[in-house]
Amino acid sequence: MQIIQPHYHGIARTAQDYERMAMSGVVAVAEPAFWAGFDRLYPQTFLDYFRQISEFEPTRAAAYNIRHFCWVAVNPKEAENPELSYEVLKHMPEFFEKPTVLGVGEIGFHKTTKNEEEIFEAQLELAMRHDQLILIHTPHLQDKVRGTRRTLEILAHMKVNPDRVWLDHIEEHTIRGPLEAGYWVGFTLYPITKCSPQRAVDMLERYPRERILVNSSADWGPSDPFLLQQCVLEFRRRKHSLQAAIDVFHNNPCRFLGQNPKFDIRPIRVASL
Amino acid sequence: MLSAPEVVELYFLETRCALLDIAATLDRLDRAAETSAPGDDPRVSQLYQALELLADRATSGDRVERLLQLFSDLD
Repeated sequence: MQIIQPHYHGIARTAQDYERMAMSGVVAVAEPAFWAGFDRLYPQTFLDYFRQISEFEPTRAAAYNIRHFCWVAVNPKEAENPELSYEVLKHMPEFFEKPTVLGVGEIGFHKTTKNEEEIFEAQLELAMRHDQLILIHTPHLQDKVRGTRRTLEILAHMKVNPDRVWLDHIEEHTIRGPLEAGYWVGFTLYPITKCSPQRAVDMLERYPRERILVNSSADWGPSDPFLLQQCVLEFRRRKHSLQAAIDVFHNNPCRFLGQNPKFDIRPIRVASL
Repeated sequence: MLSAPEVVELYFLETRCALLDIAATLDRLDRAAETSAPGDDPRVSQLYQALELLADRATSGDRVERLLQLFSDLD
């Protein structure tokens, strides 16, 4: 079965990930810009990072026939440094012109501070001005409810088109607001701290699936890119059809990411089941 | 051996995750029961008995052994 991994941090992983993902059906990944595990001091470091994910990382993935797309942004944690953030934002439009850059992300809140909010709004404005897709990180653990609520307030206040926005790391206690407001939502599968494959399938069974993206956001911390395949298996063993699985794990990413014409992978239909 | 604060620090998130998995399973069972009754499968009662045991903070420190006894065929 063909799978798209819509949130994957390839720079933190080995080539063996790409090889195994290719062997298990992954045809494309999308890599948001994120926190490197330490706070960077220089705007130029971000720009080299953006070059890495928009120029070099696609070549690593291509060696395994995987298409690689990316997003650029100042992540929520480093948005706590506005001076640094504004310097980076000045250069982000240059990267919007790159052939595999899909939009602005991941942005949003970490601890829902004033500085984070200022830079979040600045990045939303930048994305709207340049007609970019938007990927929003919702906070971890005990900070998730408060940060998601404030995110929705800001998006509504700024009149951002919900069709163009994906709120990621959504769980059972934060799913209803974003879906009811018309945004896309993402479930991030993590071994411990976010969502399990079983819980993700529960939510796929409980809510309309048309605007749900499932990913396993593998990064430099405890994480496992193959939780996505485990989720596909869980979905199928609960008697959902192959086409239903393809719709969630391949076609939904096509429909959201494909709003940017650079993402040219099309939804697929199974000819016969 | 770890101190109590160290145990909390090391195992809180894992335990939170395990509890969420249990909650998800029971929610799943309830939703399924809306269309197909679980019948009198004794394993469902065992799960709830196990949760009662775990919810008692004043119980003795042999919870695992008692849960395993609960899940054992003793006859």
